[in-house]
Amino acid sequence: MSGPGEPILAVDRLDVTFLGRRRHEKVRAVADVSFAVRQGETFGVIGESGCGKSTLGRAIVCLTRPSAGRILHSGQDPFRLSARALRRHRRGFQIVFQDPNAALDPRMTILDSVREPLDVGSIGTSTERRRTALAMLDRVALSQELALRYPHELSGGQKQRANIARALVLRPRLIVCDESVAALDVSIQADMLNLFMDLQREFGLTYVFISHDLRVVAHISDRVAVMYAGKLAELAPAEALMQRPLHPYAQALLSAEPEPRVPVAGEKRRIVLKGEIPSPLAPPPGCRFHTRCPIAKPECASREPEWREFEPGRFVACHYAGTRLAGSMGSAQTVLDGALAGPADGSVPRLQSIRKGGDQQ
Amino acid sequence: MDPIPGGREPRQQPLLDVRNLSVAFHDGETWGEVLTDVSFAIEPGEFVGIVGESGCGKSLTALSILGLLPPRGVRLGGAMLFDGRDLAKLSERARREVRGRRISMVFQEPMSALDPVFTVGTQLLETVRTHFKVGRREALERAVEALAAVGIASPRQAAAMYPSSLSGGMRQRAMIAMALVCEPRLLIADEPTTALDVTIQAQIMDLLIELGQRTGTAILFITHNLALVAESCRRMLTMYAGQIVEDGPVREILARPRHPYTAGLLGSIPQSSRRKSVLPSIPGRVPSLHEMPPGCRFAPRCAHVEPPCLVPQQLVSGRDWRKVRCRRAGELALPGAQS
Repeated sequence: MSGPGEPILAVDRLDVTFLGRRRHEKVRAVADVSFAVRQGETFGVIGESGCGKSTLGRAIVCLTRPSAGRILHSGQDPFRLSARALRRHRRGFQIVFQDPNAALDPRMTILDSVREPLDVGSIGTSTERRRTALAMLDRVALSQELALRYPHELSGGQKQRANIARALVLRPRLIVCDESVAALDVSIQADMLNLFMDLQREFGLTYVFISHDLRVVAHISDRVAVMYAGKLAELAPAEALMQRPLHPYAQALLSAEPEPRVPVAGEKRRIVLKGEIPSPLAPPPGCRFHTRCPIAKPECASREPEWREFEPGRFVACHYAGTRLAGSMGSAQTVLDGALAGPADGSVPRLQSIRKGGDQQ
Repeated sequence: MDPIPGGREPRQQPLLDVRNLSVAFHDGETWGEVLTDVSFAIEPGEFVGIVGESGCGKSLTALSILGLLPPRGVRLGGAMLFDGRDLAKLSERARREVRGRRISMVFQEPMSALDPVFTVGTQLLETVRTHFKVGRREALERAVEALAAVGIASPRQAAAMYPSSLSGGMRQRAMIAMALVCEPRLLIADEPTTALDVTIQAQIMDLLIELGQRTGTAILFITHNLALVAESCRRMLTMYAGQIVEDGPVREILARPRHPYTAGLLGSIPQSSRRKSVLPSIPGRVPSLHEMPPGCRFAPRCAHVEPPCLVPQQLVSGRDWRKVRCRRAGELALPGAQS
C-alpha cells in the first residue's frame, strides 16, 4: 500500500514486448529496467531513437501494459486497479508529448481543450471548471484572449504551453515529459524549461523528463538514466554523469554532443561511434552495446553485464565500467586549422582520391 | 556578364556572391517580402554556417540560390553571382546544368529526396549520366566510388539496395554521395543532421568536414544548431526575420557576438556549468510577414532597444571582416559563449 516512505514511482524489472509485423516476431522495447523516482525529483531519461525511452514513458503513465515486471505509483500497482479506479488514479500521472498539436483538437478552442479533462472527470461546476482552466492558462502565460482561439492560431510554443496547462489542470503529482521541448526553437525551448522548473517548485511536481537532447536533460534533471537498445546503460546524478560518465556509450554520447563554442586545439577529442543503433527486433547477444563499443572484449558478446551499483548512487551495466575511452578524431576546428580551404592549387580532386586518402571504414 | 547592383570590385573572385537578394511572395492580394537585402559571399572551399530559428529565411536563401522557388507569384531582386554568372538570370535549361553539377544540395529528410522505387545505385548513376556523357558501366563505377567515399562499408551491395532498406544515417550518407558524385563546387546542406541521432550526427558532420577539405567543395551549412556551427564552420551568418543580422568568423562571433539576437541564441543553449539555473530566453516571437516591424526587425524582442533603433538597420562592415545589422553594436558588450 501507499506509504510515506515509498518513492512516487518505482519501475521494477519492467519489460514491454510488442508483437512484430511477422508471426512469432517480438520486439522487446523495454528489457528488465528498474529504477525509482523520489517525490519532487526530476528524473531524466536519455537515449537515441528506438532505445525504448518513449515506451518506458507510456508504461509509467499506464498507457502501455508491462509484459513483465511492475510499475508502482507510491507503492501501489495501478494495473491492479479496476478500470474505474484506474481512470481516477490516472489524474495524478500525466504525460506531455513532443508534438504540440497532438493533444489539441483543432476544432476546440484552447480553453475547451484545457478544461476537457475536468469536464470528463465532472470535477466541480461548469463555472468552476472554466475558472480553473483559465487560471492554469494564465499560469503558463496564455492570456484569456488566446484561450478563446483555436490551435492553428497559436505558435508552437504557445500550443505546448496549452498542453502543459491541460496536463496540470488535474493537479497531477507526476508528469512524464516525452520530448516536450524537442519541436521548439532554442529560445522558446529555454522559456519552456524555465516554466517547467517554476511549475515544479510551485506545485511540488515530479518529472520524468525523456529526451534525446543531452543538454536539455542535463540542465533540468537531478538524476539521469542513459538508455540503449531497451536497457539502462547507466544511472547517475546529472552532474556526476556529465563530469565522469562510466559507461562507454554514455561517454560516446556526451562527446558526440556539440558544444556552442570553438574548441581549443587538442582539447576535446570526440569519440565517433561506428555503425548503427541495433534493430530492436534482433538485439545483439551479451552486452547490447558491444557491436559499437570501442573497448568491447570477446566476453562482451557472450556475457550480458549485470546492473550494478558501481559507486554509491551510481549504477551501470558494463563489464569495464569506468574505463576512459580515447577520442578517435580531433574536433572539427583543430582539423580545420591544419588544412585551410582545400588544396592550395585550387584543383578539385576526384572522389577516388578521397577514398584512397583513407576513410576509417 | 550582367551588371552588378551595388558592386564594388572584390579582391578575389568569390565562388558565390549574393548581393542584395530579396524574395517576395504574392498571397493573392499583396506582395510580402520574405527575404530582404541578403548579401554574403562564399570563397572556394569555404565552410560557412547559416544559423537562425524557424522562419528566419535560411532555407529560402538556399532555395533561391538553387533556383527552386515556385515559378509563379515570386518576385526576385538582387543578384547571385556564381563563378561570375548571375544565377537569377539563367534560363531554366542553363540552371539545370548548374544545379546538381556545380551546386548540389542535401536536405534534412533523405527519404524526401530519394525515390523509393529505384535502387540507390540507379539514382546515383542517373545523376552522373544527366551531367556527364558516360556509359552506364562507368556511371555505376562512379556511383560505387561515391558511396565508398561517404564511408559506406560495402558500397556495391548498398548500390543495389532500395532506400527503404537503409537506416537513417545510411540514407543521409547516400544523399551526400549523390550530392557529391558530380564533384560540385558548392554543396548546400540544409539541416543535414537534424533528423539523425546525436552519435550518427557526429559521423555525418565529420564526413562533411572531411569531404569539404579533400575535394575543395565549398559548403553552405544551414542549421538551427549553433553548437554544430561552432564545431565545424570558420564563418557564420546569423539570420533573423528574412535578413542577415551578423556575419563573421565563428571564433570571434562566439567569443563576442555583436548582434543581440546572436547573443540571445547563444545564451538560450543550456550549459552544463549552469545546471538548473534560469535560462536567458528571447521574449516574444519571430514577427510574421504582416507584422514586420518598420525599423530594426529584432527591436520588439531586444533588451537593448532605444528609440533610434526604430528605423531600418543596415548590415555594416567593420574593419575586422565582421558585419552586423545593429546600430548599437559598437557600444554593447554582449555575453559570448562560456569557455
